[in-house]
Amino acid sequence: MKLDDLKTRLMLDSRNEEERAERRFYFIGLILSVLLTVASFASVMTGLLPRAWIFPTLVILALTQIVVHLRVFLHIDLSRQKREDLQLLLFTILLLSIMAFGTLWIMASLSVRM
Amino acid sequence: MSQETNVHPGMNLGYTDGEREAEVKVFGFWVFVMSDLVTFGLVFAIFGTMAGATAGGPGPEDVTDLKSIALQTALLLGSSFGFSWASLSMKYHDQRWRTLGWLAVAATSALSFLIVEAIDFRDWYHMGAVPQRSGYLSALWALVGLHGLHVAGGLVWMAAMTGQILRYGLTDQIKSRVTRMGLYWHFLDIVWIGIFSMVFLAGVA
Repeated sequence: MKLDDLKTRLMLDSRNEEERAERRFYFIGLILSVLLTVASFASVMTGLLPRAWIFPTLVILALTQIVVHLRVFLHIDLSRQKREDLQLLLFTILLLSIMAFGTLWIMASLSVRM
Repeated sequence: MSQETNVHPGMNLGYTDGEREAEVKVFGFWVFVMSDLVTFGLVFAIFGTMAGATAGGPGPEDVTDLKSIALQTALLLGSSFGFSWASLSMKYHDQRWRTLGWLAVAATSALSFLIVEAIDFRDWYHMGAVPQRSGYLSALWALVGLHGLHVAGGLVWMAAMTGQILRYGLTDQIKSRVTRMGLYWHFLDIVWIGIFSMVFLAGVA
């Protein structure tokens, strides 16, 4: 019992090992999120990019950051136990893409014709 | 089943059963979150169709204060991260006050986010950028407002969880609730990524 206490205090047992690994993972996620966010703001605020490139850059940075958040904060991965969550997410994205892009397409086409 | 009927804490018999049920509940909550994603996605689509419909009123470059948006982004990310730390304290240390401390960090950060956002809304109102002015502004208020309402709802939920932790401690049932709240909270941060990139940054680019 006393040895266990000591181990816990010195962060030597496997539970602490696991905890440290998980905390490190969250930290990496946070740093990546901050970097991607700063890159998004910088692409607009610094004016370094040609105007035509800004929008595609923003889309790519946002999608990357969303993937980072899903992986790190929401624990979505390709492991078998979480396959259901992933399938649910992908199916929702499929339905949403059909509805959202359909809406944008139809309304844009309509406004061109008017 | 026993978890539903047995609201008394610390009496959860059959650990593996409880764990399995908690998993089912988390999956059920995922279904809710995904339906909420569809709602947000469609409001985004409406915003997309209205992006140019300013009708001579205030446009994106008038309503976007990038410093304020950057501050809101930092506050919401900080809140999300604080919530992760609360979850980890709960998972590995089982210490009530440590968990509550991080929950308080997450809540304070989210409350500051809402205050900064409310100041933006007030500025829009004073410059005449009200929802009825144009299609663009209607969609803007609807989308940003919907997200703000979700954050406000999350704050109420966090207050309720704080009360429950104080009253019952970190029981299995409470842990399962906090886990579900975490899904909701991180999901709102993901929606905000879409808002700051597509609504504000793309608006002034």
